[in-house]
Amino acid sequence: MAEWTDAENRALTDDLTNALGARQVRTDGLERALYGRDSSTMEAEPSLVVLPRDASEVAAAVRITTGHGRPFVARGSGTGLAGGAVPLDGAVVIATSRMNRLLEVDVTGRLAWVEPGILNLDLSHQVAAHGLHFAPDPSSQQVCSLGGNVANNSGGPHCLAYGVTSAHILAVEVVLPDGSTVMLGGVTAEPSGYDLRGLFVGSEGTLGIATRVAVRLTPNPPTVRTLLLDFDDTDDGAATVSGIIAAGLVPAALEMMDRRAVEVVEAFAHAGYPTDAEAVLLVEVDGLGPGVQEAVDRIAEVARTNSVRTVRVAADEAERQALWRGRKNAFGAVARLEPDYYLHDTVVPRAALTRVLRRVYEIADNHGLKVINVFHAGDGNLHPILSYDSRISGMTEKVHRAGREIVEASLDAGGVLSGEHGIGLEKRDYMGLMFSADDLAEQDRVRSVFDPRRLSNPDKIIPGGSRCADAGWSAGTRAGEGAWV
Amino acid sequence: MGLRPHPPELEEFATLVGSEGPVGIAGGRTHFELGGELRPGTRTVSAPVGVVTHEPAEMTVRVRAGTPVTDLEEHLADGGQMVPLDPESPASTVGGVLAVGRSGIRRLGYGHVRDLVLEITYVNSEGKLIRAGGPTVKNVSGFDLCRLLVGSLGTLGFIAEVVLRCHPLPEVSRWFMSGTDPVELLSGLYRPVSILWDGTESHVLLEGAAADVEYQADRFDLTPVAGPPEVPREGRQSVRASQVADLQGHFVAEVGVGVVHRDIRTDPPPTEAPALHRAVKARLDPTGRLNPGREVVV
Repeated sequence: MAEWTDAENRALTDDLTNALGARQVRTDGLERALYGRDSSTMEAEPSLVVLPRDASEVAAAVRITTGHGRPFVARGSGTGLAGGAVPLDGAVVIATSRMNRLLEVDVTGRLAWVEPGILNLDLSHQVAAHGLHFAPDPSSQQVCSLGGNVANNSGGPHCLAYGVTSAHILAVEVVLPDGSTVMLGGVTAEPSGYDLRGLFVGSEGTLGIATRVAVRLTPNPPTVRTLLLDFDDTDDGAATVSGIIAAGLVPAALEMMDRRAVEVVEAFAHAGYPTDAEAVLLVEVDGLGPGVQEAVDRIAEVARTNSVRTVRVAADEAERQALWRGRKNAFGAVARLEPDYYLHDTVVPRAALTRVLRRVYEIADNHGLKVINVFHAGDGNLHPILSYDSRISGMTEKVHRAGREIVEASLDAGGVLSGEHGIGLEKRDYMGLMFSADDLAEQDRVRSVFDPRRLSNPDKIIPGGSRCADAGWSAGTRAGEGAWV
Repeated sequence: MGLRPHPPELEEFATLVGSEGPVGIAGGRTHFELGGELRPGTRTVSAPVGVVTHEPAEMTVRVRAGTPVTDLEEHLADGGQMVPLDPESPASTVGGVLAVGRSGIRRLGYGHVRDLVLEITYVNSEGKLIRAGGPTVKNVSGFDLCRLLVGSLGTLGFIAEVVLRCHPLPEVSRWFMSGTDPVELLSGLYRPVSILWDGTESHVLLEGAAADVEYQADRFDLTPVAGPPEVPREGRQSVRASQVADLQGHFVAEVGVGVVHRDIRTDPPPTEAPALHRAVKARLDPTGRLNPGREVVV
C-alpha cells in the first residue's frame, strides 16, 4: 500500500476544502469506511471522500488530487459487484451521487443529457411522459447510477433485444486525470475522430470521470407479453432457449431460474412460480400487437416440443409485474439460505449452457457450497450465486476457489470473463486467462494515453504493475433486500 | 484451458504487415481516398478471406476481414440470418466497412455497425496479432478496443478477423412511400428500419413479421414501392436527428439517425479534443507506419 503521511493527508484535505468547501470533503472514519467498499466482497480505505455538486467541482477535485500525486476513484451508487469502486493506494473517492439531474430531453432526437449520478430507473421515469425509456435495465436499476452503467457497460434482462449500455451512449463529457475536460462522441450521427466514447464506456473509471452523458432514449413498446414456462428437466429449459433463438425470434428478455432459485424466490417474493419445477423460463416479447401474438404462439410451440409442463401468459400488467418481481428480487431472497453470498458473472455460448451449469453444480458440491442460478439465458450470461456463512473459518477462501473454477469452466466452454459486471479488482488477475501478454500490453497502452501516471482508479482491469496489498476480502456480501444481479 | 492460438492464416498476415516501414491496407477500395490519399509508394496488403464459422444458434459469425460483404451475406442467408453491414458498393469487404465505420441506410433499425462487432483480431503497428473483445454476444472483459478500431481507417491496426453479431432474416422486408411529415412518421411508426426523406416525400422500410408490416402500412396509409430512392454519394453530413426537418437543398436524409446524403462534396466536422485523438494514434503507431497519409482526426 502506498503510505501517505499525516502531513500529506492534511495538505490534500486543506487544498480540497479550500477549493470545494468543507461540506464537500469528508474525512471522518465512518464515512471513509462506507466509501471503502462497493457491493463486491472486497474493501479498502480511501484517504478521503469528495462529494462534488457539479462538473467544475469534479475537475477541481481531480486536479488537486492528482496534483498531490494521489490517485482517485470515481463512484456512483456503489452497486458494482467486481470491486471496481474499491479505492486502492489511499485513493480519494469522488462520488457523483449529488450530480443527479436530468439536464435536457430532445424528444424528436430521442436523446437526453444527464448528470452521472442520476439513477437508472429515475431517468426512465422522468422521460416516461414522452413514451420513452433508457433501455439497459440492470437488476439494480432502482439504485444504480447512469455513470456507473457507463463505467461498467452494464447490461440487464432487456439487453438481449436492445443491446448493452454502449449502444445507448452518444456522448460523454469527461474530466481527465490531469483535470482537463473533454467531450467524447457527440449527438450528431457521425462525429469525426476515433470512437473514444466507445473506448470510455466500460473502462471502469480508469480513463477519467464522466460529468455529463448524452443517452439514447428508446420508444416504449406498444404491446408487451410475458410468459412463464416451467420444465421437469433443466436440459429441456435450455433447449427451449436455443429453440427460440433458432426460430429467428429475439425476445425482449429470456431469463432462466433453476429449482433452487425458484424455491427461495417464491418463498420470498410470492410471484406464483411453480416450486416443483427443475427450471423456469421467464420470456418477454414486445412490439406491435399482431407480431407479439405470433411470437407468443411460436414460443409456446417451441416449449411444447421440449416437454414444457405449463405455459402461463401473464393476463394483465399486475400479473406481469408479479412475475418480474420474483426475478428482480432473486438476490434479496438469497438471504433465506445463508448470511453471505458471492455472485458470479460469466458468459458462455448458448449451446454450452447445460454443460456449464452441470459443471457449476459439480464445483459447488465439491466444495460443499450451496449454489443457485438465476440468469440471462438468452445471451448465455450465467449468474451462479454461492451462498455461505463467512463466520465459518475457511469458508470465504473456499468460495473464492470455487469462483475461479467457475470462471475457468466458462472460458473452457468458449465463454468470456464477464458479461455485465466488469473486471474491476475481482477478475483482474484472471485477465491472463483470456488475453495474451500482447493483448494486455495494447490495452494498457491505450489506457496510458488518458492516464499516464495511473492515478485514475489504479490497479483495476489490467493485472501487473503496482501490487496492492491494501485490498482485503471483506467478511462477505451481506445478503438482503438490497441485493441484485 | 489456455488461450486460443491464432490460426496460421492470421499469423501469415501479421508477418506480411511486419514491424517496420510504411504499409497500407486495401479492402474493396470503395472509400480508398477517405481521410486522405495513402502516401504514394506505400506497399499495400490485403486481409485474409473467408467465413470461418457461422453458428446460427449463437447468432454469431467469425469471418476474415478481407471477405466481400456479399459473400458473407450469402453464407449467412443459408442459415436464415444476416449482419446488416449494408455497404454502398458490392465490392466492399467486411474489414473495409468496419475500418470506414459508416453504417448503411438501415441504421435506424439495426443500430451502428460498431454495435455488431463482438471480437476483433488485428495486427498492430509492431506486427503483432492483438485480440480484443470476446466471441459471445455479451462481454465486458477489458478495454473496448473493438470500438476504437471501427472507423479508424486502418490507422491504429489492420483488422484480420472479426466475430459479428447476427440478426435473423426478417420474414418480410418492404419499402413504402409516404407524404406524411417525416417526424410524424418517426414518432408514429414502431421501429421502422429506415426513413429516407428528400424534403418532399419519405421512403420507409419496414421489416419483421408480415402481420406487423401490413398493420403499420395500413395505419399510416403507406404506398408500396419497389425499393429505396437513389441516394446521392458525393457528400455526407452528420446532423442532430431533430435538425433533419430544417434541411435545405438537394439531399436524402436518414430520419431518426441524422446522416444526410448530398450530391455535392461536404467537409467532415472538426474533431472534438483533437490532441487526445492524435495521442491515441501516436501511442499505438509511434512511427506512423500504418496507412500513412490517411487521417481520422479533423
